[in-house]
Order: sequence, then structure tokens, then C-alpha cells
Amino acid sequence: MPKKVENVGCPYCGVCCDDLVVTVSDDGKQILEVENACAIGNQIFHHATGSERIRLPRLRQPDGTYKDISYEEAVDYAAKVLYNAKKPLIYGFGSTNCEGMAAAAKVAEKAGAVLDNCASICHGSSFLAIFDNGYPSCTLGETKNRADVIVYWGANPAHAHPRHMSRYSIFPRGFFTGKGHMSRKIIVIDPRHTDTAQVADIYLQVKQGHDYELFDAFRAVVRGHEIPDVVAGIKREQIVEVANILKKARFGTIFYGMGLCHSDGRNHNVDIAISLTRDLNDYTKWTIMAMRGHYNITGPGAVWSWQYGYPYCLDLTKKDIAHMNPGETSSIDLAMRDEVDAFINIGTDAGAHFPIDAVKHLRKHPWITIDPNINMASEISDLHIPVGIVGVEVPGIVYRMDNVPIQYRKVIDPPEGVISDEELFERIYRRLSELEADEAVKEHAKAAPEGVRAGE
Amino acid sequence: MITQRSIEEGVAMEKGKTTPEYFEACSIIEMHDDDVKALGLVPNQLVRVTSECGNVVVKTVKGRQSLYPGLAFIPQGVWANQVVPPRTQATGEPQYSGFPVTVEPVNGEKRKSALELVQGAVGMWRGDQ
Repeated sequence: MPKKVENVGCPYCGVCCDDLVVTVSDDGKQILEVENACAIGNQIFHHATGSERIRLPRLRQPDGTYKDISYEEAVDYAAKVLYNAKKPLIYGFGSTNCEGMAAAAKVAEKAGAVLDNCASICHGSSFLAIFDNGYPSCTLGETKNRADVIVYWGANPAHAHPRHMSRYSIFPRGFFTGKGHMSRKIIVIDPRHTDTAQVADIYLQVKQGHDYELFDAFRAVVRGHEIPDVVAGIKREQIVEVANILKKARFGTIFYGMGLCHSDGRNHNVDIAISLTRDLNDYTKWTIMAMRGHYNITGPGAVWSWQYGYPYCLDLTKKDIAHMNPGETSSIDLAMRDEVDAFINIGTDAGAHFPIDAVKHLRKHPWITIDPNINMASEISDLHIPVGIVGVEVPGIVYRMDNVPIQYRKVIDPPEGVISDEELFERIYRRLSELEADEAVKEHAKAAPEGVRAGE
Repeated sequence: MITQRSIEEGVAMEKGKTTPEYFEACSIIEMHDDDVKALGLVPNQLVRVTSECGNVVVKTVKGRQSLYPGLAFIPQGVWANQVVPPRTQATGEPQYSGFPVTVEPVNGEKRKSALELVQGAVGMWRGDQ
């Protein structure tokens, strides 16, 4: 009999749906059906048991082809690359569990590496704004149970977080929002009339890159000041109308995304959004939330803050003290200035999602990819090490977009022999320690005066 | 120009970056009808998109999510990142949205595959994949 596994977590976006039901075949090896997941989540589970999975590490040969090698050889190769590099960069972590992130941080500390996650090209701007201005936020359950006004600003959950609207923000009937959709006002602000804008009560088509001005206008109106006839392509009357709706809300949440973080101004678009939220709290209750991307991109922020005090762009090259300054220590900036001399791509695809100029710079040096699947990073790397898929083959803790930790389960076994990110990093750590110990003995022998044997 | 997500891109990416689905979902550009007309394009025509740091050939498609004239959209991914400027305004974040491009029709050229673009850029393309 096929077995149904309930309360399965979805390893795709920051909504971290944990209500999936997965039907597994008799032998426990094939995923037959996935219920409740969106189209993207569905694809992840079905893809996991596809025939194209990689089962052994692959090392690039001089003729450009790949040759399978053992995990032991791969661990040795990775440890030596890290050991010999002056300033290696370990980047990714959007798609692994917190246990894997903690193990990777140990490796980075030992190697004196720069440790960075996908936040640096995604919601890193949000972190910068939060450092400046605070983060008046809430959990998604509070929005579901209380919010009567929802703002999506520069975010398109219909495409990027497909079940966000139905689970938490618009459609669910919560404790104080029993009429569901009917009890909420939905406002969407975006230069494109997106599929999210289709379900909005009010849509403001802001001019691309002019969000800061529009926030400024909202803050001015909320505080009772005059504004020009048109701001960022939006008429004054409409700004005043929306500002009044915001002020009269019982409980509101602003969800924002890459429309703010990737456009001109970056962190300043976010910090003025936070300022508006704080202003509105003089009148009523308002919260703001970053639409975090990957299912566990909030994880490295939490894990590394606990380990080192910084969420991303960690420079551990001094070994005994961590340093963080995103304009200086972020992956893209380091790549563009050619400041790193080895690259480890883990739980991400820098080959596809970095601007191509940054990829060209990084590829001048050794490049190792740690990923369950073939992607652009694996296809330009020197070494590709396969790992189990978190949420499908590997259990663990992940952090939802509102920093709520969720325990993901394992549904099926990974392909025979394939290990987890955590185990891989633990093994690289042990090999690095051995290399360091070997070197220490040699140094000791060199330094010892004649006639006295090393170690005595 | 803006580069953002689409649900087709998400599904195709999870199927695999070397699949035909990923190619069709990401090697496209969406523009306003007025711009399409002004450039003299027919539907599904290939165009060259050029920014300050590179260029890429993509296909014009009519999107469901409408833009205003002067704004164009390529889904995030390999094709978009051929033209995304790496400047970060000292924040670590490249200019993924809001950079100027020119769009012109091309004839007799094909769209390149994801592998050809990425491996080609770093001198690893062997032309037989």
C-alpha cells in the first residue's frame, strides 16, 4: 500500500507551507502524489525522484568532462582548496537546513573565509534598513487573524509566493477576520499590473524606481502636510484616499519585496517603509514584513547572528573576530573587485543568478558546487558534490519569512550513498583540522632548536 | 528594464535549468503594445537587448501582466543576468531592476541556451551539449 505522509514542509519559498500531504510508493522510493502544494512545490517533490539525480561527486578533468570520484576524495579536494586560499568565499544557504548552516560556519571560521548568504542579493537591503530603523513586524498568524488592511508593495506573491495570499494575508478567515477576503482591504503598489494587482481593491501604478517619493508623500499626508498634484505618477487624491485607509485600519501589514530592494535607493526604500509603519502606529496598529525568498533564507540570518552577531556578509578572515560591511564584504562586491580566490556555491545557483560579470570574475579561481541537482553553477564548477534535498530527503529546522522555526520532515531516503549538507561540512571541517595539524607539526619541527626533537 | 519572478520560471527552474521548459520560461521579454509597435515588431520576434554591460537575444511575448510604455520585463534567470549591471550602490545588491536598455529586432540569429550563455561567458563552452 502506498503510504501518505502528512504535515510535510515545502522547500521552495519563504511561506514554508507545512500542510503538504505526500503519497509515497510501497518501497518508499517514489513520490506518487503531492497534495496542497502549489505548482512549484509540486515540481520539487516530483523532481526529487527523477532519473537525472547525481549520486557521486564529479571532478572536472583537463578535457572538460566530469569524472565521478568518492565523497572522501571530494572532501579532501574541498578542504585543500579552502586551506590553500587566502580569502575563500562560501556563498548560498537559501536552500538548506539550519544544521547545515551551523556546520558550514564552523568550516568558514576554520578556513578564515567570507561567509555570505543569498540575502546579500535579495533582502540584504532590508537588513541594512533594519539596522538603521528597526523592524516593527509580526508573525503571519497575526496578519491572518487580525489584519483588515493589507499592502503588497513591490511584491508579487501570485508568482513568487503562490500560497501566501490564501494561507495568511487575503483569503483565510481568521479569529477577528471571520469574513475572510470580505473583511480586508487589499492595496497593491507596483509598476506592473501584476496578477497580485488583479485581486487588489486599490492598485497604484508607481513609476519604477520612484517608491521613495511615494513613501515620502504618504508620510507627509499621514502627518497632515500638503503634497504636490502628482507624485511618482500617482495623483494626490488617490494618495490621500489610501493614506486615510491606512490611518483608519484596525490592524495593517505591509508586505514588500524586490520592487524596493532591487531598485534605486535599495535600503533607503525599505527604511522609509519602516518609518511609514512607525508613523502609522501613532494612529493605529501597523506592521511590516519582508517577503523573504527561499524557504530557509531567514535561517542563516538567525543562525549566524547567534554564532557571530551578524546575519550576512561575514568576513571571518581575521579568525578571532568577525567583521561585516555589505558594501565591502558582500559576495558581488568582493567578486567585482577580484578580492576572493576560491568560491564555494552551496544551496544556491550563482551561475544563473549572479550578474554574468560577477560570475566571470569568480570563475578565475577554484569553484566548488554543493547541490542536489545539475544547475548553472554545477556546470561551470571544478567539483560538484551532490547532497540530499532538505524537506524531501533530509529533515531539519527552517525559518519562515516571519522568523518562525518549522521542523521539516524527511519523506523518502536520499539516493544511496548521498549525504546531507551538515555531514558534508562536518567532514570538510575534520579534514581541514587534519591539514592544520599536519602543518603545525611541520612548523614546530622547523622552529625547534638543533638537537631537540619536535614534540619533546 | 526590470527583472522579476514568474510562476512559469519557478516551476521550470525546479524541473531543471537545462530543460526546454526553463529555456522557454526565461528567454523572453515583455513590453507594452505601444513599444512593440514603435519598434515594428511582430509577435514572437527575436530581439537583442543591450545594457551598459552586455547584450542578449530573447523573444518578445505578450504578457498577462501589463506594463506601462517605456518599461520592459525579463524573468529573472540566465538571460536577464546577461544584461543586469553588477553595480550595487555599496549594498551588495546588483541593479536587478531599473536599468536602461535598448531593444532592437534581430534577423538570422537564434536564442542561446542557458549552458551556452554561462559556459560561453567563462570560456568553458564546448559546443556539443
